[in-house]
Amino acid sequence: MDPIHQFEIRSLIGEGPLSFTNSSLFMVLTVVAIIGFLMIGMQSRSLIPGRWQSLAELSYEFVASTVRQSAGNDGMRFFPLVFSLFMFVLFANLFGMLPYAFTVTSHIIVTFGLAMIVISTIIIYGFVQHGTKFLRIFVPAGIPGFLLPLVVAIEIVSFLSRPISLSVRLFANMLAGHITLKVFAGFVVGLWGALGAGGLALGILPLAMTVALTGFEFFVAFVQAYVFTLLTCLYLSDALHPGH
Amino acid sequence: MDAEAAKYLAAGIATLGMAGAAIGVANIFVSYLTGALRNPSAADAQFPRLIFGFAVTEALGIFSLLIALLLLFAV
Repeated sequence: MDPIHQFEIRSLIGEGPLSFTNSSLFMVLTVVAIIGFLMIGMQSRSLIPGRWQSLAELSYEFVASTVRQSAGNDGMRFFPLVFSLFMFVLFANLFGMLPYAFTVTSHIIVTFGLAMIVISTIIIYGFVQHGTKFLRIFVPAGIPGFLLPLVVAIEIVSFLSRPISLSVRLFANMLAGHITLKVFAGFVVGLWGALGAGGLALGILPLAMTVALTGFEFFVAFVQAYVFTLLTCLYLSDALHPGH
Repeated sequence: MDAEAAKYLAAGIATLGMAGAAIGVANIFVSYLTGALRNPSAADAQFPRLIFGFAVTEALGIFSLLIALLLLFAV
């Protein structure tokens, strides 16, 4: 009944650092599910969309409107990156909600890798597009001179902490949510073991809590994917328009 | 003090951080409701921002819960 047993990485094929693990398996499943979902959705390409086509168009429009609202119309050049990130995080989170499944995004190295893709894109694109003027993201407009050193220092620290906060937010939500589910489910068995039949009747209370938390976890899975996407768009907006 | 006892005490203290997140989340919903009741026609457009603010604030509470869980199960 160890609640963190579910996050254990096991090697399925091969040994050592290059082995194919359960994490890799669920990443492959996630990508296959996304490709399958979009392929099925876009198969008919009819003017009046069916169920699958509606879903595919809905996900496209959802991400596209987020990008347009937070990064502007020229942010749409990053749409493939943002859409891939959103779909990968969303599907990985939702796959983790299946019983006995492994949650890919509950490991910080995975979310940190995703966050570093975003931050590297911002730094490389910013310097290629704006040259040294990109450094103006550390100098907000309209700050009086004597405050400038302090504000620049704060902006630099805030920029450096972005990949950490972006990755830890997603990973911590997934990890804490799944552990909480396991702990509450463990109460049912614990009450049964401690009090016998009476404990089994009392176990309805933690069981109801587990059901409610499962619903909440589906909500969190979606919201965290959305927050990851939205913050990516806001950071990309910095690279597109530095000095605002 | 016994190291095991200190671990459980520390886990309990770590969860206190969630109180701050609770105040923050409550503040967000209170502000949203106050604004939405004054101007209901503008409320729907701000719903994504509500969810965004909620998720960012709630994450801070999750961080302290994470510390508590790591102390309980991983240390």
